Amino acid sequence: MDNPDPILPETIARLYRSLYRVRRIEERVAAIYPTDRIKSPVHLSIGQEAVAVGICDLLRADDIVSGTYRGHATYLAKGGDPKAMLAEMFGKVGGCARGKGGSMHLVGLDQGILGCSAVVGTNVPVAAGYALALKRRRRGQVVAVFYGDGASEEGCVYETLNFAALHKLPILFVCENNFFAIHEPLHRRWAADQLTERVATFGMPAKRITSGDIFEIRDAASGLIAAMREGGGPAFLECHTYRWREHVGPAEDYAAGYRSRADMEDWERRDQVARLAALLPDAERQQIDAEIEAEIEAAVAYAEASPFPAAEELHAHVFA
Amino acid sequence: MSSPDTVVSTATRSLRYVDALREAVAQEMQRDDDVFCFGLDVDDHKAIQGSTQGLLEAFGPERCFTTPLSEDAMTGVAIGAAMAGMRPIHVHIRMDFLMLCMNQLVNMAAKAHYMYGGSVKVPMVVRSMIGKSWGQGAQHSQGLHAMFMHVPGLKVVAPSNAYDAKGCMIAAIRDDNPVIFMEHRLLYPIEAPVPEEPFTVAFGRARHMRRGSDITIVGISNMAVECLRAASLLEEVGLSVDLIDPVSLVPLDMETIIASVARTRRLLVVDNAWVSAGAGAEIAAQVAEQLGGSGPLSIRRMGFAPTTCPTTPALEAHFYPNPLTIAKTAHALAGGSAGWEPDPERARLAYQQAFKGPF
Repeated sequence: MDNPDPILPETIARLYRSLYRVRRIEERVAAIYPTDRIKSPVHLSIGQEAVAVGICDLLRADDIVSGTYRGHATYLAKGGDPKAMLAEMFGKVGGCARGKGGSMHLVGLDQGILGCSAVVGTNVPVAAGYALALKRRRRGQVVAVFYGDGASEEGCVYETLNFAALHKLPILFVCENNFFAIHEPLHRRWAADQLTERVATFGMPAKRITSGDIFEIRDAASGLIAAMREGGGPAFLECHTYRWREHVGPAEDYAAGYRSRADMEDWERRDQVARLAALLPDAERQQIDAEIEAEIEAAVAYAEASPFPAAEELHAHVFA
Repeated sequence: MSSPDTVVSTATRSLRYVDALREAVAQEMQRDDDVFCFGLDVDDHKAIQGSTQGLLEAFGPERCFTTPLSEDAMTGVAIGAAMAGMRPIHVHIRMDFLMLCMNQLVNMAAKAHYMYGGSVKVPMVVRSMIGKSWGQGAQHSQGLHAMFMHVPGLKVVAPSNAYDAKGCMIAAIRDDNPVIFMEHRLLYPIEAPVPEEPFTVAFGRARHMRRGSDITIVGISNMAVECLRAASLLEEVGLSVDLIDPVSLVPLDMETIIASVARTRRLLVVDNAWVSAGAGAEIAAQVAEQLGGSGPLSIRRMGFAPTTCPTTPALEAHFYPNPLTIAKTAHALAGGSAGWEPDPERARLAYQQAFKGPF
């Protein structure tokens, strides 16, 4: 997996399946949301799928990812179970956190998914701690930690970059730069648009990818991850991307005035879901689509059928 | 001073509190490869006042290492390593520095097991030391345990003698939850009999330091020692003190405290912290809830003055409860005659030997 050949048809099919799964689950979540059956704020990944899918395609089953409150794509791309995800958002006991975490705290240790965090930046040092443990175990495992441009402003993220470089931890830092912290644009938050250059000064490879191209993201990560498995230490990728829907909730918000629809349309023209769909033979694509749609139906049905936790569950899990 | 009378140990060996801490960590690191000890200066020549002495030599730099001054992220690193199955001990030379760790401790360590539906455990120990005297001042003297007691998911322990220091440390390392381990600088040189072999002191079991019938005194952390001295002053006027050291604050053994107050009907809680919204308030409230209305009940709290801790000894002397003020308060609470003062010579001897710097 560390020597990707993007032109292989099976690579395209595998990436498309993962992209389409995230996109369609998110669209389904958005469709269900107005019914109030989802008992959780949702921060949709629509538009941002290619970053998580491109990176996770390079990870082994025993590698680890760490995501944010906008973590649906991370969770699904690393092999998270859509049933457990939907049930979690419905507040059901069959959820990945037994209904106690919701959309912002998806988790799946069996699939190598560290719990997502809703306090911006908080997952980054935790992921580095996991990487410290992996380094000690010497099995060539790595961690990929995802965070947004907002988190890049948190002190603990800079502290972590320094520590990871100092200890040569096997961790790939992936900044999903969608240009907004909630509704605040970069130019109100950054004096200099040189995040990647700043990170490089900690002493690790750092690269910016502005295209949103899943193959470019995957290619860039591939060599970094391969080196990391050999003890090469951490690396950083800044991936430009775009959130198509509102910060939290199922709707679009271009009428709010803080960003323009034209910006979204520019990203929509580069949509990786549509792009990869067009690269596949029709019959193959239709089969993948049908399989994903069936997966989603099964996930929603599972979430509907799963019971709410019993009242005693309130007091369970305060202490291990 | 004498050892706490109910520190039941057949050990003939006496050990200082600081050495008990060191021995506990070393024995656990020997037993379990997943235990490691990190924090600023744990591997330097002073070794956190000796409490981490020898760990680097015995276990190497992968298991005993310093950190950048990045307490926030380093706490996250401990949490992540713990989630991966390791057992980190994160050391802070002063408790005040835990304020830099609050986000990770409160929002992640305390909550991970619950908010991830029980699928994740965070077995970590956060060691920190409270300073006192020799100008420790505003930012080297705080007892901040109440902040941690407030948050479900954190255990909080504050051993006051060498025996409990060792037993609690081993229990904390083996615990599957984050444990805030509160030490006190002035306790470091105090000796008690401590067994050489590893042992645990279970959390949630208070320790009777003296048995008595007239008044219940609960002393927290270093104040347990000050209360012991106060109790000896009170003995002279025939007041017998039931002195309880909670040892662990979360879980808190209210059963022992309530059983004692049910007999004495008088409670004085002396905390090594501010009174407002503190551990003493919690203990007093639970006693009042349980025993209020079932007979006479007198409750007082003592703790730091409601000020920032000053450095000058002229003011600092009035900032802390001491054996004299504790004894006078207890005496009044027990209905003693107003204006009672212990014998001045005895009171002088009861004072804790002041720490003589530099740190």
